[in-house]
Amino acid sequence: MILAKTGNEALAYAMKQVNPDVVAAYPITPSTEIVQIFSNYVHDGLVDTEFVAVESEHSAMSACIGAAASGCRTMTATASQGLALMHEMLFIAGGLRLPIVMAVASRSLSSPLNIHGDHSDSLASRDSGWMQFFCESVQEGYDTLFQAVKIAERTSLPAMVCVDGFILSHCLERVESFEDKKVRDWLGTWRPNWSLLDVARPILVGPATMQDYYFEFKRTQIEGMNRAMPVIEAVQEEFAREFGRGYGVIEEYRCEDAEAAVVLMGSACGTMREAVDTLRKQGKKVGMVKLRVFRPMAHEQFRRALARFKTVAVMDRMDTVSSWGGALYTEIGSALYHLPERPKLLSYVYGLGGKEFSPADAAGILEGALAGHKDELVTYVGVR
Amino acid sequence: MARLKDLCKNPELFSSGHRACAGCGEALAVRQVLLAAQQPVVGIMPTGCTEIFSSIYPHSAWQIPMIHTAFETAASTAAGVETAYRFLRKAGRMKEDVKFIAFGGDGGTYDIGFQALSGAVERRHKFLYVCTDNEGYMNTGIQRSSATPYGAHTTTSPAGKVVPGKRQHRKDIMEIMIAHEVAYAAQTTIAFWSDLVTKVGKALAADGPSFLNVLVPCPLGWGHAGDETVKLSRLAADTCFWPIYEWDSGRYVINHQPREKLPVEEFMKPQGRFRHLFTQEGGAEVVAELQRHVDAKWALLQKRRECFGAD
Repeated sequence: MILAKTGNEALAYAMKQVNPDVVAAYPITPSTEIVQIFSNYVHDGLVDTEFVAVESEHSAMSACIGAAASGCRTMTATASQGLALMHEMLFIAGGLRLPIVMAVASRSLSSPLNIHGDHSDSLASRDSGWMQFFCESVQEGYDTLFQAVKIAERTSLPAMVCVDGFILSHCLERVESFEDKKVRDWLGTWRPNWSLLDVARPILVGPATMQDYYFEFKRTQIEGMNRAMPVIEAVQEEFAREFGRGYGVIEEYRCEDAEAAVVLMGSACGTMREAVDTLRKQGKKVGMVKLRVFRPMAHEQFRRALARFKTVAVMDRMDTVSSWGGALYTEIGSALYHLPERPKLLSYVYGLGGKEFSPADAAGILEGALAGHKDELVTYVGVR
Repeated sequence: MARLKDLCKNPELFSSGHRACAGCGEALAVRQVLLAAQQPVVGIMPTGCTEIFSSIYPHSAWQIPMIHTAFETAASTAAGVETAYRFLRKAGRMKEDVKFIAFGGDGGTYDIGFQALSGAVERRHKFLYVCTDNEGYMNTGIQRSSATPYGAHTTTSPAGKVVPGKRQHRKDIMEIMIAHEVAYAAQTTIAFWSDLVTKVGKALAADGPSFLNVLVPCPLGWGHAGDETVKLSRLAADTCFWPIYEWDSGRYVINHQPREKLPVEEFMKPQGRFRHLFTQEGGAEVVAELQRHVDAKWALLQKRRECFGAD
């Protein structure tokens, strides 16, 4: 069925179709509507979910951890300060290997307070042991939420599905939706090997460890993330077979004969596609590499996709405030470092706090990549 | 009325061999609570002494399922577990009748976990929250909490040359929980094991969230010998420093009326955390202020019992 939905509506609708066992959530701009709409589904009897309207995001994630450890398929949604407030609990969800799925409407972090879209919140959570998917469109957000449930349960890793705040969360798009039954059959029911509520087999969830075991626990968690990429690829293929839409971990757009490329993620990929097409019409050989999966890091895919370029522009919708640009820039730099011949990387930071990012801005970055050099290490696009 | 003869037949759900200090009141409280909980029980605990002395991998003292997440999250994690239980029962995926008990210290209850507790209780999650109150952050090395009594020395309210210990009275968590209209609230201490066991039974049978505040002397934090734990626990009640009472269906019941109400000094003197008040100048006024506060709170409780009492 073709629907007109905003990002928030589409994600809430996807959650309804997943029909999770437990949802614990707290409102925060710009993800509030997900929780609101889902509450309606609960109160109108359209889902079987037990919904907990908690008193903070910290408690939201704590309750999700309790529910997931008790064997329930568990979901939530948040953004920005809410994700920052959850920060402590994100690591615990990751360390306990609980397949919680969370929709994130990515937004800036205060101060100064700003409610608009950038990747500061989601990327500040990048080392918490969660898989992270960044979506270009509402359709991709809708599709990815289903994939995330399956991938999380198969890898025993929690997953965030990030859509850009307001730019996607509040913009109406055409969404090709699936039938409830088809989604539910594809996902099946969740039956973990262990549950806190199995009173006949008591377990201790969340022990303390000393120097003798902590590192070993973390090493197994790291190995879980190391092994996630093939699972993601497999589930994306299964999804394409079942629902007819395929996604890669990365997407190479008009890169075949390109001389320079730009790497980015999120909604700006749509703008960049337009800019690539415009420059191509002018005979300029530029391409785009879109990143869909930030955790686990697609380092091998990047090496394969980027090694042949002389210059690659890397775009970040956040800054690490380290005088070294954004997170994507530093991570791609690391991924390419071990190549015998590697492209020159140009760092661009754009769109913080929802700052407009225009096709002209996108074209300017592509031109910069073609030129192959710029004076400053990090270029801040569109800042007065 | 619980009888030792019966209780000793119950299986120990909290194993010996854990790492608590000798004379730890908290370990005694956990053991007594679980002796009273003989139906299937799932536990939730925050980071703190109990978690550290019971659950260092690869060991566990718990014979019940137990989850620990973070310091401020006993009630919010309990909310998630209890919600999962309601879902699984509704979905027909679980048949057992299970009770939920969260154990938090005073730091995790009065202070850092207070918001989560308030929220979970307001949402009426059906669980028993047991606060094992030793009046300070003992796991991090004896710092003040909002449960630390007036005048007590802790490492962040030290007995200094100018300021003689903590300058504020403790928070009245019982009245705060009663104001939440919990299904049942009670206060007791480990010397009153029969009272404690009876109260756990009532709390678990209550139709909604319940709260039990248990005073647990801490030899390390209070500065007393390990074999004085039970004695101090009794003195706390007999001085009315720690009234033994309950709030049941809107009624206040005082479960222990001391035959002779002892001066609070009797409770204070054996403890190192109050020693400065008996050796330094100006200490007497601090003791007098604590006595005044204890008397006022005790009188208020009597009034509450008269107005909203069982008789």
